[in-house]
Amino acid sequence: MIQFLVNQELRSEHALDPNMTVLQYLREHLGKPGTKEGCASGDCGACTVVVGERVTDQQGQESLRYRSINSCLTFVCSLHGKQLISVEGLKHQGQLHSVQQAMADCHGSQCGFCTSGFVMSLFALQKNSDGPDLHQAQEALAGNLCRCTGYRPILDAARQSCRQPCRDQFDEQQAQIIARLKAIAPQQTGELNSGDKRCLVPLTLDDLAELYEAHPEARLLAGGTDLALEVTQQHKTLPVMIHVSQVAELKRVDRTDTHLEIGAATPLTDCYAALNEQYPDFGALLHRFASLQIRNQGTLGGNIGNASPIGDSPPLLIALDACIVLRQGERQRILALEDYFIDYRITARQEGEFIEKVLVPLANDAWTFRAYKVSKRLDDDISAVCAAFNLRIEDGTVSGARVAFGGMAAIAKRARHCEDALLGKPWNAATLEQACEALAEDFTPLSDFRASKEYRLLTAQNLLRKYFIELQTPHIETRVTAYV
Amino acid sequence: MAELFRQDLTTGVGRSLKHDSADKHVSGEAVYIDDRLEFPNQLHVYARLSDRAHARIVSVDTGPCYAIPGVRIVITHHDIPGLKDIGPLLPGDPLLAIDKVEFVGQPVLAVAACDLETARTAAMAAIIEYEDLEPVLDVVQALRDKHFVLDSHTHRRGDSATALTSAPHRLQGSLHIGGQEHFYLETQISSVMPTEDGGMIVYCSTQNPTEVQKLVAEVLDVPMNKIVVDMRRMGGGFGGKETQAASPACLCAVVARLTGQPAKMRLPRVEDMLMTGKRHPFYIEYDVGFDDRGRLHGINFDLAGNCGCSPDLSASIVDRAMFHADNAYYLGDATIHGHRCKTNTASNTAYRGFGGPQGMVAIEEVMDHIARHLALDPLAVRKVNYYGKTERNVTHYHQTVEHNMLEEMTAELEASSDYAERRESIRRFNAGSPVLKKGLALTPVKFGISFTASFLNQAGALIHIYTDGSIHLNHGGTEMGQGLNTKVAQVVAEVFQVDFRRIQITATNTDKVPNTSPTAASSGADLNGKAAQNAAEILKRRLVEFAARHYRITEEDVEFRNGHVRLREEIISFEALVQQAYFGQVSLSSTGFYRTPKIYYDRSLARGRPFYYFAFGAACVEVIIDTLTGEYKMLRTDILHDVGASLNPAIDIGQVEGGFIQGMGWLTTEELVWNAKGRLMTNSPAGYKIPAVADMPLDLRVKLVENRKNPEDTVFHSKAVGEPPFMLGIAAWCAIKDAVASLADYRVQPRIDAPATPERVLWGCEQMRQAQAVRPPALDMETVPQ
Repeated sequence: MIQFLVNQELRSEHALDPNMTVLQYLREHLGKPGTKEGCASGDCGACTVVVGERVTDQQGQESLRYRSINSCLTFVCSLHGKQLISVEGLKHQGQLHSVQQAMADCHGSQCGFCTSGFVMSLFALQKNSDGPDLHQAQEALAGNLCRCTGYRPILDAARQSCRQPCRDQFDEQQAQIIARLKAIAPQQTGELNSGDKRCLVPLTLDDLAELYEAHPEARLLAGGTDLALEVTQQHKTLPVMIHVSQVAELKRVDRTDTHLEIGAATPLTDCYAALNEQYPDFGALLHRFASLQIRNQGTLGGNIGNASPIGDSPPLLIALDACIVLRQGERQRILALEDYFIDYRITARQEGEFIEKVLVPLANDAWTFRAYKVSKRLDDDISAVCAAFNLRIEDGTVSGARVAFGGMAAIAKRARHCEDALLGKPWNAATLEQACEALAEDFTPLSDFRASKEYRLLTAQNLLRKYFIELQTPHIETRVTAYV
Repeated sequence: MAELFRQDLTTGVGRSLKHDSADKHVSGEAVYIDDRLEFPNQLHVYARLSDRAHARIVSVDTGPCYAIPGVRIVITHHDIPGLKDIGPLLPGDPLLAIDKVEFVGQPVLAVAACDLETARTAAMAAIIEYEDLEPVLDVVQALRDKHFVLDSHTHRRGDSATALTSAPHRLQGSLHIGGQEHFYLETQISSVMPTEDGGMIVYCSTQNPTEVQKLVAEVLDVPMNKIVVDMRRMGGGFGGKETQAASPACLCAVVARLTGQPAKMRLPRVEDMLMTGKRHPFYIEYDVGFDDRGRLHGINFDLAGNCGCSPDLSASIVDRAMFHADNAYYLGDATIHGHRCKTNTASNTAYRGFGGPQGMVAIEEVMDHIARHLALDPLAVRKVNYYGKTERNVTHYHQTVEHNMLEEMTAELEASSDYAERRESIRRFNAGSPVLKKGLALTPVKFGISFTASFLNQAGALIHIYTDGSIHLNHGGTEMGQGLNTKVAQVVAEVFQVDFRRIQITATNTDKVPNTSPTAASSGADLNGKAAQNAAEILKRRLVEFAARHYRITEEDVEFRNGHVRLREEIISFEALVQQAYFGQVSLSSTGFYRTPKIYYDRSLARGRPFYYFAFGAACVEVIIDTLTGEYKMLRTDILHDVGASLNPAIDIGQVEGGFIQGMGWLTTEELVWNAKGRLMTNSPAGYKIPAVADMPLDLRVKLVENRKNPEDTVFHSKAVGEPPFMLGIAAWCAIKDAVASLADYRVQPRIDAPATPERVLWGCEQMRQAQAVRPPALDMETVPQ
């Protein structure tokens, strides 16, 4: 059984179809049609809802943390022990919530179909904001598409929503909600079982390892932002899933003397601070990684585990010489990430093995790391090319080189010829051009609807040129993203 | 009461009321069709789509569908009781494929089942055997082969051939302009309920309820009076629900007829994008002659619209591209050919601007090309070509351009946007910035208002006043987010001088107002506002006549103001008068009607006055591009737009901003890509990128032209606003080209087809570097020691 709150109502489910999304659950199961389906693929945000969960700060103070998610990509089991807030839950005693009022006042709705999703994103923004901030607002809304307004009135509504702290029913009921969530806090492995399909929700790493060893055919579900597409877009059935996001050990971010150790099920949102501190370019890229809704759900381990050639974190992690810890039963092994990807969607992961954590070396002044994402649209788009350069330059000579790309091959991979053309050479324009030419030996990219192979190759070369310019002449402006 | 009477009505025309449904939108209480309560026996319909671009259907075996539990019925074209073709004007759009398929995404059969997933599974279980035929996928090939859905058509003024030969300068060029997916957030949806007498109630997200009514009647082979179409609101339309909404409605109706059960069809996003037509891609060729100042002497245009596989509305759409191939400019001697190319893709359809934007992009490309050739600022070339006020003011279809405001508007925008100063500061920035380059463009919009099929310029309305003084308003227009219902209610509020909230806005319904035109061509408020005004004035007249009679005063002594009525000295409430009128046996219900005056057009001569008036606008856009990757960001946009005397400035600004961003999206990131087999690859928002919040210009300054009533007698002298601002987005495309052109000192015209994706921008940069024989910036820089 799993338990959660839908707005103020306690729901206990055990025989529900584990492949049911939260969107379907709200609209079809509970008859709450305020949340809309725009695409069922996490790309438009019309289905945005907010999940509230208990968090404890360093002083041991408990509070609720609210995050926006795409309900179309979230399976119901992910709600275990949490509060789901849908648009129906905002209006209180017949009065619009302050974010709803702001949207209406600012003329933020035209056709209205995207509006409840925007309202929920604004609600989460208000809960997490300490004042109006354009960048925060843009980040909160990057995953919500509006075809009518052109966004200006919605940004006005964001500003109005965050202008002054507005005590609402959620603040007033916080203690009570915490208590109710505490009362339903999972105590043992949860399960949804509809007869033909089941989803198991273990609470500890050992339980997970044991379950996965026993059910190697199961699909591991973390954020689900990729896996759910198999259900909503490819119309597959996932008969057995193991949901890993209740395993606390998998959601830790620790810093050792040499590494960041990031639990595989850590949502990208929670990876941001540590990675950004070490590598600002990693942080900058995370800002453009899908949308906030996706980053609130999607995990670093998932972005590696699904082995997509266009995942944005692997090229960066490879360039940083990151490793992963793989676990099977009691057994652990450490593997360099670059050795994990073998071919298109083929990895070195063995049956019953799962990614436990990601080890990212701490920043080292001798190396200069930069990352670049090139896509058609600045926000919430998949890279045509994603490049990461990590060079050590000593006395004008390249003494270390890790160069990795996404979108250029069937896997995220290092550009060995390019690295060879750099290593031991003077860091100058001539070397740079040789390294650019070598990229043509490293990669034979494909043409698809995102970009042609010619564009991919030239862009990859130009990104290396850009890296060179940034290192050599830092006063020169090189990024349009600085203007976003 | 007397005091209230003296106050102004605060909810009439000209007030920035919020959208009538705003509070329901934000609370999730606004009901869309998919949100309606359902009957337990409702069936869900899913269509199996062709996966071939062009093929003969050898056989269809629906047997396997019935093996799936929950399936109620499978239909093919054989099961359609009446007409099998739902082409709006001309046949070519079979409801379900007959013998052959003509595009990937064409419905071949449909399954009705207990739920959508079951219907989908069953539909995919059908076995369809095809024999492939050669598809035509390239618009240029279709043009060369004269593979057309309709005959070509020509607009001509003077002798362009001679003008071209004698002009001091002459340039030729060509351009591809991409299509555009509507991406209304609510996909196509209909829900149909069978009624007695073989009738149906059809809930359909459509801009054209009457057309859906007619087509449902035709496919069922019943008279139109058996069918009622009800449409409260759409989750976006943009033209995509003018004709394309009919297919789900008709499929549901056939299912409902055959089963006696209610049926609903909601297209999943990918199916919607595969099945439905889009904005027409165009291929343009031009040959232009001009003088040293860039002023046109003559031009030949070939505008080839890619219509997809059937005519749909392409006759009028390509015509409108031709009508707007002048945009704001006097073309000199002009010959404009419009071609309607047939390709094996979904039948392209109405989309905001209706071909006009493509014609305008074509002439704006020509303006840029001339400017680069003569080394002039593109704005100077544009201004020198503007239509004159008293001469050079007749279009190539022989309509005189009256009340032209562009000269003044351009001057105002040039000043308010600091065009000249920014032009210089951009030159300075570019000189010192080897990687990032800025570009600037100011482009005008002149857009003709009226359906060019003149008979469509009519509308009806229906108003009831109930005995408590509350008002029920209905009209033939449809609400798709543009605020039409709000504006029309403001008009009625103004006439009666009652508070807007006294007026109940109701769903568009074919049994209240019949024989309506689609809500399209920006005409919604112009036509339906006038019709509602007419109905309200009829009722008001009856009330005035009654009051004069009843109170034995003159009609001049009766004055309506702010919810009250003055009867010479006495002031009573509106509802009091209504009650008295009821007891006085006065009819408190009236229809209203409107037809647009002055317009006529003879297509066989390509001559007339197709447009009642023109709407004007201008936009100035500054962009920054990355010459190493082609990425870009809009920095600032200044817009000045003409809406006459605005019915609702807040709503009009919403249309202007939203239109600009949508137009910018069309010309920048929104790229439709088909594979070699004719399958649309950008068939979901994962691959098809409409503008997101970060694409908004950093600095957006939008202004409506003030104190300029529409000189024509439109509804409270306002102007249409739905489509015209869309074409303000052309400035973004021109600004990108300007930034690219900076790489070759503005002397070479970058070949950047629309949309200007980062890839096309990078190739444009490469073209400039080759023209200048320069290498990418990294090579030009000496190594600087660290």
